Amino acid sequence: MSTTVIRDVSINGERRDVVIAGESIAEVVASGSADTAGATVIEARSLIVLPGLVDLHTHLREPGREDAETVETGTRAAAAGGFTAVHAMANTDPVADTAGVVEQVWRLGAQAGYCDVHPVGAVTVGLAGQRLAELGAMADSAARVRVFSDDGKCVSDALLMRRALEYVKAFDGVIAQHSQEPRLTEDAQMNEGVMSGVLGLKGWPAVAEEAIIARDVLLTEHVDSRLHVCHVSTAGSVDLIRWAKSRGIRVTAEVTPHHLMLTDDLVATYDPVYKVNPPLRTAADVQALRAGLADGTIDVVATDHAPHPSEDKDCEWQAAAMGMLGLETALAVVAETMVVTGLLDWAGVADRMSIAPARIGRLEGQGRPIAPGEPANLVLIDPAARTVVTASALASRSRNTPYAGLDLPTRIVATFLRGRRTYGSDA
Amino acid sequence: MKAHLLSAADLTRDDALLVLDTAQELAQIADRPIKKLPTLRGRTVVNLFYEDSTRTRISFEAAAKRLSADVINFSAKGSSVSKGESLKDTALTLEAMGADAVVIRHSASGAPHRLATSGWIRGSVVNAGDGTHEHPTQALLDAYTIREHLAGGAGDLAGRRVTIVGDVLHSRVARSNVHLLHTLGAQVTLVAPPTLLPVGVEQWPCDVSYSIDAPLPQTDAVMMLRVQAERMDSAFFPSAREYSRRYGLDARRMAALPEHAIVMHPGPMNRGMEIGSDVADSERSVIVEQVTNGVSVRMAVLYLLLGGAPLVADEEESA
Ligand SMILES: [Zn+2]
Repeated sequence: MSTTVIRDVSINGERRDVVIAGESIAEVVASGSADTAGATVIEARSLIVLPGLVDLHTHLREPGREDAETVETGTRAAAAGGFTAVHAMANTDPVADTAGVVEQVWRLGAQAGYCDVHPVGAVTVGLAGQRLAELGAMADSAARVRVFSDDGKCVSDALLMRRALEYVKAFDGVIAQHSQEPRLTEDAQMNEGVMSGVLGLKGWPAVAEEAIIARDVLLTEHVDSRLHVCHVSTAGSVDLIRWAKSRGIRVTAEVTPHHLMLTDDLVATYDPVYKVNPPLRTAADVQALRAGLADGTIDVVATDHAPHPSEDKDCEWQAAAMGMLGLETALAVVAETMVVTGLLDWAGVADRMSIAPARIGRLEGQGRPIAPGEPANLVLIDPAARTVVTASALASRSRNTPYAGLDLPTRIVATFLRGRRTYGSDA
Repeated sequence: MKAHLLSAADLTRDDALLVLDTAQELAQIADRPIKKLPTLRGRTVVNLFYEDSTRTRISFEAAAKRLSADVINFSAKGSSVSKGESLKDTALTLEAMGADAVVIRHSASGAPHRLATSGWIRGSVVNAGDGTHEHPTQALLDAYTIREHLAGGAGDLAGRRVTIVGDVLHSRVARSNVHLLHTLGAQVTLVAPPTLLPVGVEQWPCDVSYSIDAPLPQTDAVMMLRVQAERMDSAFFPSAREYSRRYGLDARRMAALPEHAIVMHPGPMNRGMEIGSDVADSERSVIVEQVTNGVSVRMAVLYLLLGGAPLVADEEESA
């Protein structure tokens, strides 16, 4: 059994030696006291260690769009970003709406071995919003699906949404809603506001998101189920979720790194690298999202990693696909927007990017304390380093990062999945 | 002058006056028996039209030809463009053909920006209308026309009151005019039903009114925008009849204008919808003149962007 000693690393500000033996953490002891004989030693005096990151919202594109990303390239990108588990969204081709497809994705993830892949099941057949997919079959499959979403599309039919929320209670599932009122957002191109008016791009009003969230939290209360709100992007949405939580409604929410950092004035470049769903909003929304993440109204950061081949971005704004890469830059953006600003400490980051998403996804071996006997799912971070984002250096098959050229804090030194290094120079 | 003309908002007061003054000089050439100037000889101007707009394309074509430029018309119909070729690949083709300027009309807002800033081509880009964004040469020809009639054909438009009526939300003409007329010192009032005004319009450098009747008595120039009757299908207004009744310029409303006021329309008109036929054909209407001025203004834009030989260096002086 191989042994690795991470020596003199900071866990929540305390210096420790962490001994990994096989797939688990064997010991967490005072700095300098671990036995290093025969072990691989990582000198970690300037580093911190967090539980491996967990993404609730990843588009791996396989099956169907292997030109944009595969399970293998996407999970390599995840490992490079410090993730040890990702939830693969269902909007593939074919759609992940049967036990067969979710098991295929799950198996591809296991074969690639870079991080755990937990398929998200579609709520409705073909994401068509007409009838429920076989949620129970997906839950009972080898993939053990617990998160269901039509992401990319909103379950806009109120009755269907109610039934889905009710039905998943039988296996402790959660409906992850892409909150977008379809009629209010037909052909919408960017946040509706001053910028959309000036740029002549069709607006995507905040109310199109908020109206669905308001409806869904009330439905969730009525049937006493679990709702997860994907990629919250407006200040009004934060208020609604705060209100719902204060009533005891079982709602959780995520925010993407890009909505914590980027604003709709970037659209003035008409560069589709900034085109995303939901759209980039205003500086006031960004401030509200940061505050919501800091106070726990928003439970998690989720990447909404959305790879696209260059031809889908190297074109007119209107013709371009929506979405941006996120896995490899998520931690750096959270550090820049939440840690450097003093809104979250590293324990807070561990909660929002590992512990809480693992809890929402009902993942057993992820988001665990760094303690003896726990699975060795870990990420080692240099918090003082800075990294310039280089699109061509990303592990993802696609290049649509909005952060290219930016100098961002932190560097990921190594990622461990059950004791095995999935990222890092000695991997 | 800048390398491209993408947005009227990019023009300073001096830029705009330079275009108008140059256009005025060039207009005089149009009155001569030989209308051609050798100034852009050997330069290539491509008209890249993704939307059918015969009038705008012909105007740019005439402008380029009068400056002796080689003109290539690349329109969507019957070309690789209609076969799904990307804007990027088309741009690379134009670059290989040695285009010095690309005049682009596109249904997607921002397409000219992409062309100018993506590194696909080196030539100058002229926005000939992009989606619901801007149409800067239309604003320049409108400003030119207003200046000829109301400001003695010189200087800026300080203190002139221009009322723009209609579908502001979908109008690239309105956006460009608000920017340019404001830059030139005019006071602009936009008139539209609330559904046809963009969110955030209150931050534009103009006034906004839901009523056409209030601003008319203080208006020097009224500009009627084309309103597509199909907009009522998306509930922007209940019916063409109601729109026409509440926002159309008919003879009765025209009578409320001051004596000197002019009536403008960027064309093509929906007679009986936003403008009455008798109004369009009245002596206050300068709609036909706008078309004529369009050629002069577009000549000035191409001339200034491509840095043509000095205008004074014609036959006598260069001989
Ligand atoms: Zn989504």
